[in-house]
Amino acid sequence: MNTTTDTTLPGYSRPEIINSKKMILWLFIVTIVMLFAAFTSAYIVRKADGEWLLFSLPSIFAYSTAIILLSSVTMQWAYISLKKGLIERTKLLVSATFVLGLAFLYVQILGWGQLVEMNVFLGGSSSNPSGSFVYILSGVHAFHLVTGLIYILIVFSMLFSDKITKEKSLQFELCTIYWHFLDLLWIYLFVFLLVNN
Amino acid sequence: MSSADIHLHQDHSHDHDHDHEHHELPWIRKYIFSEDHKIIAKQYLISGILWAILGGLFSLIFRIQLGFPNADLSWMKPVLGEWIQNGKLDPEFYLAMVTMHGTIMVFFVLTAGLSGTFSNFLIPLQIGARDMASGFLNMLSFWFFFLSSVVMFSSIFISTGPASGGWVIYPPLSALPQAMSGSGLGMTLWLSSMAIFIVSSLLGSLNYITTIINLRTKGMTFDRLPLTIWAFFITAIIGVLSFPVLFSAALLLVFDRSFGTSFFLSEIYIGGEALSNQGGSAILFQHLFWFLGHPEVYIVLLPALGITSEIVATNSRKPIFGYKAMIGSILAIAFLSFIVWAHHMFITGMNPFLGSIFMFLTLIIAVPSAVKAFNYIATLWRGNIIFTPAMLFSIGLVSFFISGGLTGIILGNSAIDIQLHDTYFVVAHFHIVMGSASFFGMLAGVYHWFPKMFGRMMDERLGYIHFWLTFIGVYIVFFPMHYIGIAGFPRRYYSWTGFDAFNSFADLNELISIAAILVFIAQFIFIFNFFYSIFKGRVSSLNPWRSNTLEWTTPLNPQHGNWPGDIPHVYRWPYDYSKPGHDEDFIPQNVPFSKTPHSNFPHEKDLHE
Repeated sequence: MNTTTDTTLPGYSRPEIINSKKMILWLFIVTIVMLFAAFTSAYIVRKADGEWLLFSLPSIFAYSTAIILLSSVTMQWAYISLKKGLIERTKLLVSATFVLGLAFLYVQILGWGQLVEMNVFLGGSSSNPSGSFVYILSGVHAFHLVTGLIYILIVFSMLFSDKITKEKSLQFELCTIYWHFLDLLWIYLFVFLLVNN
Repeated sequence: MSSADIHLHQDHSHDHDHDHEHHELPWIRKYIFSEDHKIIAKQYLISGILWAILGGLFSLIFRIQLGFPNADLSWMKPVLGEWIQNGKLDPEFYLAMVTMHGTIMVFFVLTAGLSGTFSNFLIPLQIGARDMASGFLNMLSFWFFFLSSVVMFSSIFISTGPASGGWVIYPPLSALPQAMSGSGLGMTLWLSSMAIFIVSSLLGSLNYITTIINLRTKGMTFDRLPLTIWAFFITAIIGVLSFPVLFSAALLLVFDRSFGTSFFLSEIYIGGEALSNQGGSAILFQHLFWFLGHPEVYIVLLPALGITSEIVATNSRKPIFGYKAMIGSILAIAFLSFIVWAHHMFITGMNPFLGSIFMFLTLIIAVPSAVKAFNYIATLWRGNIIFTPAMLFSIGLVSFFISGGLTGIILGNSAIDIQLHDTYFVVAHFHIVMGSASFFGMLAGVYHWFPKMFGRMMDERLGYIHFWLTFIGVYIVFFPMHYIGIAGFPRRYYSWTGFDAFNSFADLNELISIAAILVFIAQFIFIFNFFYSIFKGRVSSLNPWRSNTLEWTTPLNPQHGNWPGDIPHVYRWPYDYSKPGHDEDFIPQNVPFSKTPHSNFPHEKDLHE
C-alpha cells in the first residue's frame, strides 16, 4: 500500500471541467469585482445624498487609459507569440507590458498631482467624499496593478528558466487574463467616474 | 464487522510502517505547515475551540455585571487589573467585552471554526478527491487566519482595551479615537485583524468552490452530492460575494480614521470641539456592513444545516425527505440573503416604503426555512431513530431553528421593529437561531466525524450529559430574554438600575446569568471528552454509524491522499437507507446497482461498466 501523496495515483487524473488554477483565478477576479462593486455603489448612494463636490476628472487620466489599453495589446501579442513558439519576441513584449504598466502608475500619480492642484484632496478639512472616492478607486486599482506587475515579473523569470514554453503556457495565460482584467477594471472605473462626476 | 476489523489491523500495521520508514515530509510540514486538508481542518477546529472558550468567558464577564449589578467584583482584579475599579467593572471594558464576544463568536468560531473545519475536512473526503484543488492556498488560508487571530488576541491586552463599539463597528463611534478608549489602538487592531481574516476566508472559499466543481470522483454528479457538500458549496459562494464588501467598508473606515477622509463622518461635535469632516454618511457604512452582515448569518448557519441533514438522515435510517427541495431551499436562502440587508436598518430614517419592500423580502425567507424545518421533521417521522450524541445535537439544532426562526418573522416587520430594535428580543432571536443552532451544528459535526478525524470514538455518556445540560441551559438563558426585550430593555447597556421600569427584571437577569455560567461550565465536559478521546478513546470501526458517504470507505486513519488505492467510484445518491429489498439498512454510494438487484427501482441501472 502506497501512502504517499502522488498525483499519478490512479483515479487522480479525472479530467477537470476547468483547469483548477484558472478557476481559482476567475474566482479571485470575482472577489475584486465585488470589492469595486461595493465601492462604486457606495459612491452612487453617497452622491444621491447631496453635499457633493463637483469637479472635472484630471485630463491626464485619458492618457493613462490609453497606456493601459496599449499594455493589454502588448500582453496579448506576447501570449500569441508564445503560442507560436517565438520566445524571444515574447520576452520583448512582456518587458514592454511591464514598462507600460510602470508608466501607467506614474501617470496615475501625476493625475493625483493634478487633483491636488485643482484643490481636490484625499483627506483634511477641505476634502469631500466626491474627491476622496477618486483617490480610493484609482489607488486600490493601482494596488492591484502592482500585484499584476509582480505577477508579470514572476512570469518573465519563468520564461528565462524554461518553466514557461510553447507547451507549458498555463501560467502565462493566467497572467494575461489577470492583466486584461486589470485593464478592463480601470476602463470601467474611468467611464464610471466620467459619467458620475 | 469482522472484515472491517481485519482491515483495521492492516491499516494499523501500515501506519506503523509509515511512521518509521517513509520520512518524505519533515514533521513541521506534516503537522504545522501542512497542506493536507485533514490536518488543516483539525488546526481550524482546535483554534475554533480555543476561541470559543475565550468568547464564552467574555460573555460571562458581562453576564455577571448584568445579573449581579451590585456585586463586589474585586475578586476578578488579579485577572482584569485596572478594568476593575472599586469592585466595579469598568463600563468601557464592559462594552469591549460585548464587542469582542460578538466578533469572536461570529467570525472566529462560527465562520472559521465551523466552515474552516468541516468544509476542509469533508469536501475532499465526501466527493472523492485526494485533497483540495490547491493545498498550498489552503495552508495559506489557515495561516492568514492564525495571523488575524494573533492580532485580535493581542488587542485584548493593550492598555486602552480592545475595540468597544459593538461587533458591527458603526461609525462615528468607531471612526473617532476620541469617542471612546476602545476606538483607539484597539479599533486599529480590530480592522487589521478583520482585513487579514477576510483574505483567509476568501482563500478558503476559492478552494472549496474549485474543489467541488473540479475534483469530484467518477459518478459523483451534482445530484448525488451529500447535502453537507451542497451547503458548503453555497456557503463558499456567499462568502466570495459578500466578504469583499466588508473589506471595502473596512478600508473606507481605515481612511476615515487615519487619512482624514470623510466617507462616514459629517458635522460632528465631540468634547466641545467641532470636527472639520463634512459630507460623510454614517448610514452608508451600515449599508456596506449589512450587505456582508446578513449573508454572514447564512455563512454561519448553512454549514450547520448541511451537517444536520447528513446526521439526521443517517441516524433516522431513512432517506432525507425532499433532497431536491433541500438543495432548492439552500439556493433560495442564499439568493434572498443578499437582498434583505436593510431589515437591520429599519429605524435609520429609511423611507417606510423601502422598509416595506425589505420587510416583504425578509418574510419570504420563512418559506425556504420552513421547507428545511419540515423536511427534517419528515425525515425523523417514523424513522428507526438512533440517538447518538450527534443526532441529539442535530435535533437540538432543528428545535432552535424553529423557535428562533419564528421570532425572526416577528422582527422582520418594520413596524414592530420600532419597539424591538436593539432590545434583548433581538439578542434572544439571533442567539437561538444563529448562535446556538450553528453551535449545535458544529458540536453535532464533531461528535459525528470524530471517528474519521482521530480514528477513535468519543464517550457517548459524556456526550448525552453534555447535550442535555447545554440544550436546557440554552433555553433558560435565551428564552427569558424575549420577555425582557418586549419590555423594551436595550441591548449593550452596562447598567439598567437607573430605569425603574426595568427593576422588575432583576431576578430574570440573575437567572439568565446563573444559567449562562452553568452552560459554560458544561462545555468543559465536551472539551475533556474531546481531548481525552483523541488519545484514550475506544478505537473506532471503519464505519461506526453505518453511513453511506465516501469518507467511511477510507482507512481508519487516512494518510495524505485519503485512499491508499483507487478512489472509489460513485453509483448512487448518498441516502439509500432502509431501501426495501436490501438485506442491510444502508447501501454506500460506491456500491453499484448491479450488486443490489433486489432493491433497485426500475429506473436504477448502472450507466457505465
